[in-house]
Amino acid sequence: MLYGSKALDHYNNPRNVGSLDKNSPDVGTSVVGSPQCGDVMKIQIRVNDQGVIEDAKFKTFGCGSAIASSSLATEWMKGRTLDDALQIKNTDIANELALPPIKIHCSVLVEDAIKAAIRDFKQKQAASGQSDRGISPDSPEIPAELL
Amino acid sequence: MVKTPIYMDNHATTPMDPRVLDEMLPYFTDRFGNAASRSHSFGWEAEEAVHIARKRIAALIGATDREIVFTSGATESDNLAIKGVAEMYRERGNHIITVVTEHKAVLDSCKALARQGFEITWLPVGQDGLVDPDDVENALTDKTILVTIMLANNEIGTIHPIAEIGRRLQNHGVLFHCDATQGVGKIPVNVDALGVDLMSFSAHKIYGPKGCGALYVRRKRPRIRLVPQMDGGGHEHGMRSGTLNVPGIVGFGRACEICREELVDEGLRLTHLRDKLHRGITESLDEVFLNGHPTERLPGSLNLSFANVEGESLMMGLSDVAISSGSACTSASLEPSYVLKALGVSEELAHTSLRFGLGRFNTEKEVDYVVEKVIDVVNKLRDLSPLYEMAKEGVDLKTFEWSESA
Repeated sequence: MLYGSKALDHYNNPRNVGSLDKNSPDVGTSVVGSPQCGDVMKIQIRVNDQGVIEDAKFKTFGCGSAIASSSLATEWMKGRTLDDALQIKNTDIANELALPPIKIHCSVLVEDAIKAAIRDFKQKQAASGQSDRGISPDSPEIPAELL
Repeated sequence: MVKTPIYMDNHATTPMDPRVLDEMLPYFTDRFGNAASRSHSFGWEAEEAVHIARKRIAALIGATDREIVFTSGATESDNLAIKGVAEMYRERGNHIITVVTEHKAVLDSCKALARQGFEITWLPVGQDGLVDPDDVENALTDKTILVTIMLANNEIGTIHPIAEIGRRLQNHGVLFHCDATQGVGKIPVNVDALGVDLMSFSAHKIYGPKGCGALYVRRKRPRIRLVPQMDGGGHEHGMRSGTLNVPGIVGFGRACEICREELVDEGLRLTHLRDKLHRGITESLDEVFLNGHPTERLPGSLNLSFANVEGESLMMGLSDVAISSGSACTSASLEPSYVLKALGVSEELAHTSLRFGLGRFNTEKEVDYVVEKVIDVVNKLRDLSPLYEMAKEGVDLKTFEWSESA
C-alpha cells in the first residue's frame, strides 16, 4: 500500500506516544476498537482548570493509518479547549494524511476515541462534583448526551 | 551494509538463475523453431531441446520423460489433473478427497466439480498443519476416484506425509494427485516413493522462468488417462494442446538440473539460515509463535506470528524486506489467511503473521539484517500498543468489553 508522506512521517515518528495516569481526576481516557477488527486506540488527555487540553497521549494497536491518525489527533488536541477538540472531524484527519478510501475507518475510529476521552473526563468531573474547571454538570456548554 | 530491498518471499516466486537464462536465450532468437514442425531443421532443433529438458525434469522427480506434460504453470497442471481425471473416470465414481489448506488452484477446481455434482471431502489438518493419513483412509468410499493433497504448504511450509498416504491408497483403486509446487527442487521428490499418479509443479518456484509448468502423469501401473481441458493440435500425447513454450521449457529443464545437483547442500544451507533467522528473532522477542510443523517443514520456510502487534503496521515497518503477511488487510478485506485459520491459529495471531521464504540468493548477512529489523519494529510497535500495556496491567483482553462502533 502506498502511504502519503505525512502518514509515513507520523508512522515512523509517532508524536505523543505514552500513557497518563488514568486514575488522576484531570485525565480522560478512551479505549476504542477491538483486536478482532484489527485496531485498538487508546487516547488520554490532561485538562487544566481552564478546560484546555494541556497534554494528550496515545497508544495504538493497528495498521499504519491507525497509528498515524491517532498520532495526528493528539497533536491537534493539545492546546485546544474541550469544545474545540470536539470539532475535530474524521474527514479532516483523513484529508490531512491523504488516507486511501479503505483506510477511512481509521480516521472514524480516532474521532470516536477523541470524543470518548472527553466524555470520560467530563463524567469523572461530574462524578466528583467539581465545578472549578468551568465544566461542572450544570455547565451549559456540555451537551447532555455527554454526561 | 546489505543491499535493500531484501527479497525473502521465495514461496511466491524466485529470481531466475543466470545459468538458466543463459541456456534459454538462443531459443528466443536463432533457435526459434516450433517443436512440432517435423519438416525442417528449425523444428528438429526445438524438438531436441524440449526432449533434453523433459529428461532433466523427469530426472529430478524420478519419472520418465514420456510422463511429463508441459503446461503454463502449476495452476493449469492442478486444473488439468483434477478436472481431467474427474471427467475421465466419472463413471467409476464421483467422490474426491482433498484438504482444506490446499492451494486455491486445487480448492477452486474441486469447488467447480462440486457444482457439477461431484462429492468433495475437505479434510482438516492438525495444529501443525499436517493431514492425518488415517483421516484420508477413513474418508474413502466406493465412489472415491481421486485424492489430491499437496506435498508442502505454500504458507507454512509443512510437508504432508505423502509417501505414507500413497501407501495407504495403493490397493484402493483410487488415483492420487499431488500439488508439489513448493516441494519439488527443495526436498528430494520421487514419484514412485511417494506413490503419486499425478503431480503438479512449476519452473518459476525453482529459479526458472514464469509461465512454464508441468504435470507428471503416470504411464505404467496404472496408465493414467485424462480428458484434455483445451482442444487443439493434440500436443503432449493429446493431453494439452498448444505450441510448446520452447525457451521456457529449456529454462525449466536447466533449473531442474541445477536443483538436482545442488539439492542436498542447498537444503542444509537454507535450513541453517532459516533456523538462524528464527533463533535470532525469538532470542530477543517474547510471544513469537511458529506456525506449521517444527521439523516437517521446507528448508527455507518460516512463518511466525507476533502477539500484540498488528500485521500491516509490521509489514510497513519492514518495508525494505520483501516478505508476505498472513493478513489480507491490505486488500480491503479483513480476512486472515484460511491456512492459518485451519490450523486453529486465533484471528489476532493470524493477522500478525509473517511468512519468510529464504532462497538460493539469500545470504547470512541478509538474515542478520532482517533479524535486527524485525526486533526493532516489533519492539517499537509493542511500545506503541495499548494491548501489551493492558495485558501487563492484568486486563483480560478476551473478556474486555470492546467498543465495535467503527
